[in-house]
Amino acid sequence: MRRSVVVDTSVRVLFLSILVLSLYFLFAGHNQPGGGFVGGLVAGAAIALRYVAGGVDEVRSALPLRAQTLLGLGLLVAAVTAAVPIALGHDVLDHAYVETTLGALGDIKATSALPFDIGVYLVVLGLIMMMFEAFGDEISFDETIGEFSPEPGQTPTAPASMEMYDLDLFAELAERRRLSDRHEGSPGGERP
Amino acid sequence: MSGLVAVPIVAPLIAAALSILVSRWRNAQRAISIVTLGALAVIAVVLVLDLDDSGGIIVAQAGGWPAPLGISLVVDRLSGIMLVTSAAMLLGVLVYSIGHGGVERTQAAFHPVYLVLAAGVNASLVTGDLFNLFVSFEMMLVASYVLITMGGQRERIRSGMTYVVISLVASTFFVVVLALLYASTGTINMADLAGRIAQLPDGVQLMFALSLLAVFGIKAGLFPLFSWLPDSYPAAAAPVTAIFAGLLTKIGVYAIIRTQVLLFDPDVRPASLLLVVAALTMAVGVFGAIAQNDVKRILSFHIVSQIGYMIFGLALFTVAGVAAAIFYTFNNIILKTTLLMTSGLMERRGGSTRLLRSGGMIRTAPLVGLLFALPALSLAGLPPFGGFVAKFSVFDAGVGSREWAVVAVAVLVSLMTMYSMNKIWSGVFWGEPEQPSEHEPRDGGRLGGPVLMVASTAALVVMGLAVMIWARPLFEFTERAAIELLDRRVYIDAVLRPTP
Repeated sequence: MRRSVVVDTSVRVLFLSILVLSLYFLFAGHNQPGGGFVGGLVAGAAIALRYVAGGVDEVRSALPLRAQTLLGLGLLVAAVTAAVPIALGHDVLDHAYVETTLGALGDIKATSALPFDIGVYLVVLGLIMMMFEAFGDEISFDETIGEFSPEPGQTPTAPASMEMYDLDLFAELAERRRLSDRHEGSPGGERP
Repeated sequence: MSGLVAVPIVAPLIAAALSILVSRWRNAQRAISIVTLGALAVIAVVLVLDLDDSGGIIVAQAGGWPAPLGISLVVDRLSGIMLVTSAAMLLGVLVYSIGHGGVERTQAAFHPVYLVLAAGVNASLVTGDLFNLFVSFEMMLVASYVLITMGGQRERIRSGMTYVVISLVASTFFVVVLALLYASTGTINMADLAGRIAQLPDGVQLMFALSLLAVFGIKAGLFPLFSWLPDSYPAAAAPVTAIFAGLLTKIGVYAIIRTQVLLFDPDVRPASLLLVVAALTMAVGVFGAIAQNDVKRILSFHIVSQIGYMIFGLALFTVAGVAAAIFYTFNNIILKTTLLMTSGLMERRGGSTRLLRSGGMIRTAPLVGLLFALPALSLAGLPPFGGFVAKFSVFDAGVGSREWAVVAVAVLVSLMTMYSMNKIWSGVFWGEPEQPSEHEPRDGGRLGGPVLMVASTAALVVMGLAVMIWARPLFEFTERAAIELLDRRVYIDAVLRPTP
């Protein structure tokens, strides 16, 4: 993949600042516009910039965790936050908050809705990373032919109809992924 | 006890999260799923047993917000018996899928997605809020989109796309109806809606009743909205077909029963339309089944035909009719799941479910024959099976309301159901294959299949027989469910009562 210096440099500057913005949305969300979902989407936009700059490998190196780990952790945090009040004898999703003064930093209000929002944030972020891994990989757009070529260097045959073509491609990709998983010997069908 | 109401929704979600985190270790995923779904079955039974002490209804308000501000979670007798049945099916099919191998073994996503499906099913049954019902349906549907195309064969993706597109259209229509309802009444809490819809003009009320019927009719597979169903279910993996055929369409039926009875006054319910739709659904479904030559496709058309009986019972809007509809629904969930599970066994043993390519299986796999025959006879409505009790109660209710024409259709359809079950029997179990299968039949050993598959199918067959043995207490239970459902005040008062 050809990389552009301009895009690379600006993405490097933007990536972290957008992540900080997404964290702001996450924490502001309780009483102001924002929240876990919006924060997660903004963080996802930062990931999308990395994809624009360097493809799916760049997305994988953006965060130290695998996409499904993020997704699982997020769902776990959110669902446990919903379940804890049941264990304490309250209704599901019930919440509590404390207000304290942190000296010069001012008053803060910590609510139990925050862990739930953090969970949502992680789920959205994990999902976006997963989408880039699923759709941004293993398929190369061959500019000279102007078609999705199933195999690098192989000339694609003309599809009988557009509908048939897409399904064939899906099926072939799924089949190839299955074969490569088997080849790598990982039973779970995941990347080693 | 009200704390337990939310557990059937939250617990599978926590389990799904854990299942994602341990996606490298399939045995850990299996343990999580079995323990969770087993615990859910126990919790569902505990909730139902507790109903007697709680006046027949248990309510929880999510987040402590009183109705109609917050989301109410409600378990009454109708949702209780559906919760127990669906928990048992989910557990049974999960064990079956472990024995089946296939997508369960190759796809790390199977267990988490299956658990999300369970959460969606339970949430649809428990919620007392119409928008939350939409969210629950989406949770269930998104999981089902993944499951139905899992494995990625060409045929599976092609027919899966039909399912996805139809479901998306139905969901969009659902949101539009919800927006209109909210605009005209200012609430989406079902108990609150019941009072407010009555204040709208009659024509508007009828429009809402018909729109909701159309939305859930697509999910349930009512005539003329069923055409997606026999096309998309048979192509999925065997365990997936079993749980979809058994459970998902009946969740649509549950939603039809719940909304038509609870939200609308007796004089605006589209009763005569429902009767016609019921008769046509029964007849068209069974004619479709007779024309097919593949076990899975025959059974898929029968799903449609059976839905007609449930809608017939509901359309009477009498205690006997609604009680019969509820009894028919949960009994049919068990039978249909079991039959599709045995068709998975036949496919494995014979290499194909085409009738011409299999045959003589009664000699090679007699146990599979028995496991097919018992629920098939029950589905056709032969005494003394549970299916006979269900069908007889529907006929009885129909006669009680003097709907002779629809009763006649129902009896004829019953005979034709028997005929198409015979067709499967003589095609698969008797005789010799006319065209040898291109797949090498697998030797399933003495049982006719992997132990887990046969054992889980047998367990559900036994459950179907238990319905026959305990038909009387179960029918009394559904009668009380119907009385409380038609009374409506029980539900409305319990939900809108200020929390202490």
